[in-house]
Amino acid sequence: MQVNEIEKKEYTPLIVAFCCNWCSYAGADLAGSSRLNYPANVKIIRVPCSCRVNPLFILRAFQRGADGVIMCGCHPGDCHYSTGNYYARRRMTLLFSMLDYLGIERARTRVEWVSAAEGAKFAAVMNEFAETINRLGENRKLRDLRCEK
Amino acid sequence: MQKIGVFVCWCGSNIAATVDVAAVVEALKKQPGVVYATDYQYMCSASGQNLIKDAIKEYGLTGVVVCSCSPRMHEATFRKTVQAAGLNPYMLEIANIREQCSWIHKDIKEGTEKAIILGAAAIAKVQLNAPLYSQTSPVVKRALVIGGGIAGIQTALDIADAGFEVDIVEKKPTIGGKMSQLDKTFPTLDCAACILTPKMVDAGAHEKINLYTYCEVEKVEGFVGNFSVTIKQKPRYIDATKCTGCGACVEKCPSKKTPNEFNMGLDNRTAIYIPFAQAVPKLAVIDKDACIHFKNGKCGLCVRTCEAGAINYDQTEEFITREYGAIVVATGFNQIKPTNFDEYLYNQSKDVVTSLEFERIMNAAGPTKGHLVRPSNGKQPKNIVFVQCVGSRGTSCRDKSYCSKICCMYTAKHAMLVKDHHPEIDVTVFYIDVRTPGKNFDEFYRRAVEQYGVHYIKGMVGKVEEADGTLKVQASDLLDNRQILMDADMVVLAAAIEPDPTARSIATMLTASMDTNDFFTEAHAKLRPVESPTAGIFLSGVCQGPKDIPETVAQASAAAAKVIGLLAKDHLLCNACVAHSDETLCNGCSQCANVCAYGAITYEDRLVMDKGVRETRRVAVVNEAICQGCGACTVTCPSGAMDLRGFANNQIMAEVDAICK
Repeated sequence: MQVNEIEKKEYTPLIVAFCCNWCSYAGADLAGSSRLNYPANVKIIRVPCSCRVNPLFILRAFQRGADGVIMCGCHPGDCHYSTGNYYARRRMTLLFSMLDYLGIERARTRVEWVSAAEGAKFAAVMNEFAETINRLGENRKLRDLRCEK
Repeated sequence: MQKIGVFVCWCGSNIAATVDVAAVVEALKKQPGVVYATDYQYMCSASGQNLIKDAIKEYGLTGVVVCSCSPRMHEATFRKTVQAAGLNPYMLEIANIREQCSWIHKDIKEGTEKAIILGAAAIAKVQLNAPLYSQTSPVVKRALVIGGGIAGIQTALDIADAGFEVDIVEKKPTIGGKMSQLDKTFPTLDCAACILTPKMVDAGAHEKINLYTYCEVEKVEGFVGNFSVTIKQKPRYIDATKCTGCGACVEKCPSKKTPNEFNMGLDNRTAIYIPFAQAVPKLAVIDKDACIHFKNGKCGLCVRTCEAGAINYDQTEEFITREYGAIVVATGFNQIKPTNFDEYLYNQSKDVVTSLEFERIMNAAGPTKGHLVRPSNGKQPKNIVFVQCVGSRGTSCRDKSYCSKICCMYTAKHAMLVKDHHPEIDVTVFYIDVRTPGKNFDEFYRRAVEQYGVHYIKGMVGKVEEADGTLKVQASDLLDNRQILMDADMVVLAAAIEPDPTARSIATMLTASMDTNDFFTEAHAKLRPVESPTAGIFLSGVCQGPKDIPETVAQASAAAAKVIGLLAKDHLLCNACVAHSDETLCNGCSQCANVCAYGAITYEDRLVMDKGVRETRRVAVVNEAICQGCGACTVTCPSGAMDLRGFANNQIMAEVDAICK
């Protein structure tokens, strides 16, 4: 019992969320102004569109010690730039199959479409994702030990 | 290395309650490049902004980080602030420690730690910021209004009166919208036609307004100030330049069995028809599906009747492309058909009608010439039951979650009108709540109860049954806690209103966002209610949310004011965060141009100096006035030549690194 508790306290996973400016970042803002809680270990990076998310950014996050990375964009068909999220979706499919090949758990990466009106969805997705990452535990495979202090 | 100043806002207690602001300042002072850090109660106030300006001058800051609310809120404000102090406005980054930190976390330690990390990420990014300069683009001084109801008409009239050209696109053969179907309007009971038709005529006759009726928006390209819109003109099979709207063809047409949309299908119309007497433009239109000529090539009575020779069976769809500086969405609403509310017997009984159908029955120009009669037998009803909130404020899948807002008031109006004409008719209203916020609204409702003796019963109708030619209404009275079984000759359902079904495809074309109910989202729920988050797209009327006529007209004029403000400018500043290509890395492969949704990338032969060798190469060139800054090309580029200003690869990497430290 005690050992478990100590372990739990020591490990707080780090989650990086890439959010497009027009839908998901606004959805996160709405979650905030509606006071909908989600874990503090979710850190959001604003990008103009989900198509701005280079797969390298996600790999870099894992390399530097992130335990889960989620990318959020406008719903398909609703992209502020018409087609950006379609490109993002294809790129992520490719990246995920590569991560599969490398033996990285599929659940560590996720794509979600959250509109500016879906504050509740944003919070729910983040809570669920954080719980998943909590269960999976630390990302050890992609972490670059040279990057650590 | 930049000289960075960090300004942490308390936002009163909004941030300071869950984030130890002083600790954030102390921690961020230690970040590389930070030469000054402070906190203040309200950084966006005049004194807060002066604090930033003074610090920029005193410490010679080259970059500024404000830890405050969302950049969607005050990025523009603080950019102006740093600009006023002589910095380039893009040398600012905002760490969102309110919406994405203090408001969602309760633990002060947790909130403070997160705020420090978000601040550090913003500092890491601003280290790599470079001054950016906006291009300008000209503004086309013409506006497009999608939808010709009262919202669209009012917006168009206001814009046109300011001296700008306006086109109205209306999918129906006439403008006027839902208001043209109404009999009287609350809370003054003046007749809808008397106040609407003069406006329709004004819009039709205005030299600056161009009506595209029986048209649909087919394609939208471009961006604020420079939209290019393709409009589809559906064939009327009538030469609009010849038709005088005399109606002789309508009288002669032998195909008389098509449900009349204007009267909500309560009577029939002919295949060639004029929607209603006051239609603008007053032109006949042939319904191809009902016309005998289009079925078997025979008939042709209308051709022989028309003295003007206006009938033209060979008309086809036409496409018109025009340029606009601004677009106003005024697509309006529809009342839902309560066909899946079986308990109210709407499908089975003719005497169960929606309120809009009842409106047509009460209307002097309606199917019964304004005589209040039962649709089933043409006799005057002895008692009428009104049911509120049919499909509104519900949680099941057939319900809308929102309040349709107008039903309480129009039901009070209907009840009063019934009592006005026939005081002997018994009128009962079943309601969940009576909602009357608005000028003179509650007084209006109280008149219905106190002066006209309308029975208001708090409770919902559970079931309507038909027996012996009359309706039996089963309901509960929640205040008296008893069940009611009463007779009714007619039941009127205040069915929910929903956005017009075309709104979704229009939103997609305009890249304007919608909420889960398909109402258009405004740029800010309180402070920018008539603008869409997409620049140059404005919202008017019910397309943004349920509204009554006074509110719709107010919002329509507000949208017009915003459009006029935009069209009054000769040039707009473009987005400065645009893509650019590094000539020395680009190999001219065309992949970036393939993914660009705006056609902003072209190729030029340039003399490039590469590793000491001068050679002419085909390289990508970004037109900065057209680029919208999405960044699709930057990820596609295989050689890493394409990058996005303001969201550069190294900047986002720096943020990732700072967060993952």
